[in-house]
Amino acid sequence: MGKVGAVAIIGAGIAGIQSALDLADGGFKVYLIDSKTTIGGRMAQLDKTFPTLDCAMCIVSPKLVEASRHPNIDLILYSDVTSVSGTEGNFKLKLLKKARYVEEDKCTGCGICVEKCPSKVPDEYNAGLSKRKAIYLAFPQAVPRVMTIDAAHCLYLTKEKCGVCKKVCAAGAVNYEQKDREIELDVGSIILATGFTPFDPLLLKQYKPTHPDVITSMQFERILSASGPTQGHVLRPSDGKAPKYIGFIQCIGSRNPHIGRSRCSSVCCMQAIKEAIIAREHDPNLDITIFNIDIRAFGKGFEEFYSRAKKEFGIKFITSRPPEVQVDSAGKMFVRYEDLNEGKIKNMPLDLVVLSVGLDPSPETKKLASMLGLDLDEFGNVTSLIDHPLETNAPGIHACGVVQGPKDIPDTVAQGSGAAAKASALLATERGTLIKEKIYPKEKAIPEQPRIGVMVCHCGINIGGVVNVPAVVEYAKTLPNVVHSEEAIYACSKDNQEKIITLIQEKNLNRFVVASCTPRTHEQLFQNTLKDAALNPYLFEFANIREHCSWVHMNEKEKATQKAKDIVRMGVAKSNLLAPLSTSKVPVTQTALVIGGGIAGMTCALDIANNGFPVFLVEKEEKLGGLLRHVTSLEDGRRSSDIITPLIRNVMSHPRIQVFTGTQLAELKGYVGNFEGTLDTKGTKHEIKFGVAVIATGANELVPSGYYNYGARNIITQLNLENALENGFEKPPENVVMIQCAGARVPERPYCSRTCCVEAVKNAIRIKKETKASVYVLYRDMRTYGVWEKLYREASSLGVVFLRYSEEKPPVVKDSTVTVHDLLIGDDIEIEADLIVLSAPMVAPASNVELAKLFKVPMDKNGFFLEAHAKLRPVEFATTGVLLCGTAQAPKLIDEGIAQASGAAAKACVLLSKVEMETDAMIAVVDEKLCIGCGTCVKVCPFNAPQLIEVEVNAEEVVYLAKKSRINPAMCKGCGSCAASCPTGAISPRGFTAPQIKAAVRAFSGIVEVPS
Amino acid sequence: MSESTVPQAKTNGWEPKIVAFCCNWCSYGGADSAGMGRFQQPASTRIIRVMCSGRIDPLHVFNAFLEGADAVLVTGCHIGDCHYVNGNDKTKIKYKYLESVVQQLGIEKERLQLNWISASEGEKFANFIRDVTEQIKKLGPSPLKPEGVV
Repeated sequence: MGKVGAVAIIGAGIAGIQSALDLADGGFKVYLIDSKTTIGGRMAQLDKTFPTLDCAMCIVSPKLVEASRHPNIDLILYSDVTSVSGTEGNFKLKLLKKARYVEEDKCTGCGICVEKCPSKVPDEYNAGLSKRKAIYLAFPQAVPRVMTIDAAHCLYLTKEKCGVCKKVCAAGAVNYEQKDREIELDVGSIILATGFTPFDPLLLKQYKPTHPDVITSMQFERILSASGPTQGHVLRPSDGKAPKYIGFIQCIGSRNPHIGRSRCSSVCCMQAIKEAIIAREHDPNLDITIFNIDIRAFGKGFEEFYSRAKKEFGIKFITSRPPEVQVDSAGKMFVRYEDLNEGKIKNMPLDLVVLSVGLDPSPETKKLASMLGLDLDEFGNVTSLIDHPLETNAPGIHACGVVQGPKDIPDTVAQGSGAAAKASALLATERGTLIKEKIYPKEKAIPEQPRIGVMVCHCGINIGGVVNVPAVVEYAKTLPNVVHSEEAIYACSKDNQEKIITLIQEKNLNRFVVASCTPRTHEQLFQNTLKDAALNPYLFEFANIREHCSWVHMNEKEKATQKAKDIVRMGVAKSNLLAPLSTSKVPVTQTALVIGGGIAGMTCALDIANNGFPVFLVEKEEKLGGLLRHVTSLEDGRRSSDIITPLIRNVMSHPRIQVFTGTQLAELKGYVGNFEGTLDTKGTKHEIKFGVAVIATGANELVPSGYYNYGARNIITQLNLENALENGFEKPPENVVMIQCAGARVPERPYCSRTCCVEAVKNAIRIKKETKASVYVLYRDMRTYGVWEKLYREASSLGVVFLRYSEEKPPVVKDSTVTVHDLLIGDDIEIEADLIVLSAPMVAPASNVELAKLFKVPMDKNGFFLEAHAKLRPVEFATTGVLLCGTAQAPKLIDEGIAQASGAAAKACVLLSKVEMETDAMIAVVDEKLCIGCGTCVKVCPFNAPQLIEVEVNAEEVVYLAKKSRINPAMCKGCGSCAASCPTGAISPRGFTAPQIKAAVRAFSGIVEVPS
Repeated sequence: MSESTVPQAKTNGWEPKIVAFCCNWCSYGGADSAGMGRFQQPASTRIIRVMCSGRIDPLHVFNAFLEGADAVLVTGCHIGDCHYVNGNDKTKIKYKYLESVVQQLGIEKERLQLNWISASEGEKFANFIRDVTEQIKKLGPSPLKPEGVV
């Protein structure tokens, strides 16, 4: 029996959604299943995301819309998997779809039933802080926008009373007779992405979780949210008053073996810092303290964010976790903590306590694991191996996101993509067998007269809290050719996409302007909406009144409103002159180039090759293996050779992978789908053609010169130690001192290198097990995040001594004596060491600069490559067709690098799975009548797109041969440099023509010109 | 607009109006980052997005002055970072020409400024807007401002 070219994804949070999109874009049928009524998972509940403070709903909402609109994704919601049979390639799933008592195809989501429903129920979306109705939509931007009746609380379904929702529903969607129904699916692979549930603090009664002013971090997230119970105002639940003193208590339900939760939840420190910063932004008078054991700010940009919280926002961090929350005789809350500076126990009164609750496995994970035959680890995560983070013990079943272990959004998204690569490799022969193409309605012809629609977005309170949105809406109505203008709470939500389509159709609009956020993230979403409305997508124009207005003029409401009007006017002025643009198709070279032969590059190459596409794998060193060649043991106790040797063997023997060692990419030209490169192997040149490129150039360990006497005898780095542990010490040490953050978290290198704490603890355990030496680890924050907290516990139990030092008083190394000011005892300790091991950070290779120039991709200020989006596009660059993975992006552990590599492979396969791709529509075109053939454009263009050709000109009486410029649409990138240099104005860059720019400039002063 | 607004413009409450040309990949992103980082800045500036600073035709800049801009900002990626290889290098050359014309027209040099701002430099963008706005406030309205435009 053949395999089935379809995949079932269980869990429709951001991990499942990402997997679904990558698989469906790559040619597979996807069933996206969730027990909830909507997709979006936990991320949809967040207010903002760290460390960029992006509005969570704003960045996730387009993904929700995309998933729900995708022709090859079927959403199967409010459904539980009841049985699974079959094997890899051929699974059969049975599901029970619960009755919503609302017909999905009839409900318009208008919400009138919700308004009239008399029965109130605690609202799960607002973490129980507000009430919803018995008939409800999970949250305002929910996808799909279909109501559900909560059968347990509906008066009709429980007592046969009421029935008002059925009466008021004009669409006839309410159906009290609806029954649960069984669904059967045939799929080739299953991806489990069931995420987490926040720890329930009722298990820890000492923190008074039932006190109204003791709330969880998830509840505080809702309080901070514009769509939350207090519309984003920081108010305490007991009396609705603004608190002054807020205390976060970390590790509630984490790092606590007494309640069976010994692992670290990885995200709570950053979530607390984020929430503290947002709270301070909302109310600058708040006094906020975060009580913690360690602050684990280990991800990209996290340490810098932590630093800002302290310096810019005055958030206090106290290294002491209060054992309980107490209430004094006057009813005032307080906590007891240890002040390490003074060595005293103190009380701190608090108006609001936020319990930073950890991530527990979802309740359905256990049930599904036993149904699917999956092993769970001691923490309830689906078991995986460091070298196979996305694979379970059951062939054909993959896992991604928090179900595999606690992690934040970008790691979850990378894993989501990665699981897609694994599933699609398994089903590669079935690619394209069960899919249908998205067919947009035929574009309608555009009459001369523009009819412009405007939608002005509140973005919750992100815009509406500053800009007077209704005033902008009214103003837009006064502008020439605007025939309709209205406001929206979230213009990007699914219901508003449908609204735009309806408006375009009903009001016969032929231009649309959305005033909301930035085109850099949301333009495509609205362009696709225009396509759905049978309008050319380039008849859309954005007016950025959030990033460029409400967010930067928060205290100047009137001026911000005036500016928003100006921005809308300029957008409308340009939209008057927009014209439909068309694209053409070019063939795709269905081959990938992977640069970097470390663990990430090799994994990525292998995944792409297993998906059926040829790969060039280029490594500048003579050997494959990268930094991992210098590591000898893994966190799980295996040898690193256990994973690297088979990987190298698989890569070298793969028929679709061509390996070039000792080689660098010397030259590059072309564009996505059609790159041409020159490889240089010690002077020997190879010309290659490829469609996509993956940068996996890794990182190096810093040579910590200038730190702690490095260079003196017996002072080595962790990688040196790995080598010595494997190959023997010159003289076995008796006293080993490890110094963490040697060259990291310092002004010249402000980032945390993420891996060094786990690395140090792993090596400390090995020393304790293999020698008789004493080991001291001097640290600032012990960042053994996630499941690796168990290594920290093990090291402590083996007698490794951990001493905490502060940023202000780092240890001093003099000869063989290390002096450290220990924060816990508040005194200096001298240690005689015969081996000092510096935990030096990973640093970006200097050669990244050259590569960044070749590919025109950005680097961050630490020299690592900068991904397209910190949260949702972790393995892509903004430049289409160029991807990244592994430590080239930022320091990370092996399993994290591997997951990213698979994620980048999935993105590559989406592009490579197409035989041809569309060229850009926004390119420059030449008006031959105006061209004088001077050739300036040819000289100016860096892409060789314009060429002079000889044509016959018939000018009144005279016929002659003349040179004219022609621009190759496949090579033009639309920068417009040629147009700005053309002496006769013959060249028009589409989308940014001279009249369009002039119209925007003219509208700046208040005049909107109408096209003649 | 009525003529009576012109004398008011000279009073202390007067706010300059500035046009900033931003490239899609860097400086427009820098303006976005300023927003994301909530780096507050005077509400003086209106941004016109182009794909590359190399697209900015000197005519666009003169147009902006003629429409009443008190200052015009030309911004793009740092040299070497251009998404289109060297568009900003060409901008630099054209900018020299622009500067000389502006000088001949008798416009103060502060009214035309060039700055390279990357997509991650939100704070730099905000500071730039604040600095330019302060400078222009001291200079007062542009001499090229048409009658009746605030």
